[in-house]
Amino acid sequence: MDSQILIQNFLNALQWGSFYALIALGYTLVYGVLLLINFAHGDIFMVGAYLGFFFAIVLTGNSLIHLPLWIVFIMTVVLSMIATSFVGVTLERVAYRPLRRKGTNRLYVVITALMCGLILENGNLAVFGASRRSFPELIEKTIYSFGGITISNIKIMVIVTAFVAFIVLEMIIRKTRIGMAMRAISYDRVAVPLMGIPVDRIIVFTFVLGSSMAALAGVLFVTAYPVLEPYMGATIGWKAFIAAVVGGIGEIRGAFVGGFLLGFIEIFVAAFFPSTLRDLIAFSVLLVLLSVKPTGLFGFSRSTKI
Amino acid sequence: MLHSLHTCRYWILYALFSFTIIFGVHHEWVNAYIQLIMMFIGINIILSSSLNIINGYMGEFSCGHAGFMAVGAYVTSVLNVWLFASDRVFGPAVLSGNWILLLFPLTLLIGGLAAAFAGLLVAIPSFNTRGDYLAIITLAVNYIVKSSIENIQTIGGARGFMGMRKVVNAMGDVWDIPWMMIFVLIFTGFSVWVIWRFVSSTYGKGIIAIREDEIAAEIMSVNTQQMKITAFMLSSGLAGIAGGLFAHVLGYINPGSFTIMKSTEIMVMVYLGGMGSLSGSVISAVFFTILLELLRPLQVIKWVVIPLMLILLMMFRPEGIMGNREIRDFFPGKRK
Repeated sequence: MDSQILIQNFLNALQWGSFYALIALGYTLVYGVLLLINFAHGDIFMVGAYLGFFFAIVLTGNSLIHLPLWIVFIMTVVLSMIATSFVGVTLERVAYRPLRRKGTNRLYVVITALMCGLILENGNLAVFGASRRSFPELIEKTIYSFGGITISNIKIMVIVTAFVAFIVLEMIIRKTRIGMAMRAISYDRVAVPLMGIPVDRIIVFTFVLGSSMAALAGVLFVTAYPVLEPYMGATIGWKAFIAAVVGGIGEIRGAFVGGFLLGFIEIFVAAFFPSTLRDLIAFSVLLVLLSVKPTGLFGFSRSTKI
Repeated sequence: MLHSLHTCRYWILYALFSFTIIFGVHHEWVNAYIQLIMMFIGINIILSSSLNIINGYMGEFSCGHAGFMAVGAYVTSVLNVWLFASDRVFGPAVLSGNWILLLFPLTLLIGGLAAAFAGLLVAIPSFNTRGDYLAIITLAVNYIVKSSIENIQTIGGARGFMGMRKVVNAMGDVWDIPWMMIFVLIFTGFSVWVIWRFVSSTYGKGIIAIREDEIAAEIMSVNTQQMKITAFMLSSGLAGIAGGLFAHVLGYINPGSFTIMKSTEIMVMVYLGGMGSLSGSVISAVFFTILLELLRPLQVIKWVVIPLMLILLMMFRPEGIMGNREIRDFFPGKRK
């Protein structure tokens, strides 16, 4: 094994992990505030990619406006993030909030989330059909190579965006008032409404953040792998959820590290073993990790009073 | 004495019911399609009531039930094809066809046993992991099982495994009556009976105690670790039996039949019926299987309609059809 292949795989793993990390951030944000596993999140990612596709087609395919492609790309990302946030918030308003108001068992909300995901997936399949679509090439792919190691500009962009998104989120959570409120809710959900914090508004904000991260991941994903299909969010969503749990769900850093960890495991397993073993080894490692440290890498166990 | 008479009555009723069905099927009062649906109803009853042990009575969130089903399906199918059918990989039949009626239930039980041991993969981490973290472990086990099968080329890998049709035909050669229907009926009755005896026994009430409060249960001398192992092994073992039946009814299995989607389907049945209600699970399995078939003309939209129904159910009647009551509770006069 020479160092060239090692570094090459390292870069691939960084890119692959970036997607997981961005999606896992959404899971962990919602979980931190609501203690809800938002199983529809993987499909929010899919919706983000499709909305991105829609905006990209509209912006490039018409004869009215001619914009440089890089502006189109940025507009696609931003518009898709905004539109997907609406989808996420709508889900919260229509499906989760009524249940929360009633104070039903947490499990029922989880099942509702799972079902919302199925509706998004199959609704898409019913409306747009099963045919795969290819995302228009908005950024011309250039490949740089340094002594046998190749890296494309898209790969650099994905990795850098993931890190920037993480830092921005971390700043929002640590430095702003609304971030403080989010942390406060996850710390003590009984006292927070008594302190005059508008819980519903915080929850909506959380969904906006999570969904826009998923949309960002979605558009980046189809830029790197330009194929869209209705079930694209299912597998990657489940895996990102696992990444979030491994990192310690509810912890931003945990989701980020967990995402990259899963990316690294998958890429390096595929590099050293037959690639069909990828899922097997990745999930076995996670199983062992969770058995040894049940709260995830960054999670902490809450003590129960008897 | 009175008690044994009481339980006897259910057995007699079930036997009569089964004989009617078998008689009807044998004389072809119903076509092959209806027969298939009837068998799927039986299998789904086993699946939903066995998952109810974990998700209902024990209050955990297991979302990898299809994984255990896969273990049972593959173990049973491989054993039967090896023993009773000539196959490209496993060579000619090892035993003569006359043994099959005796050994088929046994292979189903062996499949169930293998699935029960796979259930240990979840049971052991469950000692100190609960809730969402345990959910992820069940999910990972589902992926691990599916992925392992995909990587074993002798049993077909991702292409799937077949040859069970020959096994079923071998049964018909011995005596031409609808054997698969008989086995489905026997094992459905067996599973429901085992689960009912388990959850209504003093011993089995331990899992309900764990759901309500694990620490209190531990203090009240419930051996929680043993209880969890029993519950998980029983649940996954019965899922394995259902898998074995599923494989032989269908005649062909591939790893794609045992994905998270399948697990979700079983979960839907449990929550539709009501957590912690055995009769609820049975009723919802019957209802859901028929509903799936009725909605088949809708094709893709089917999977929009069904989740939508469940969401509405969660909003307006989150406890499911039966809540945690049993059907007997509606007939107070029949109570012991």
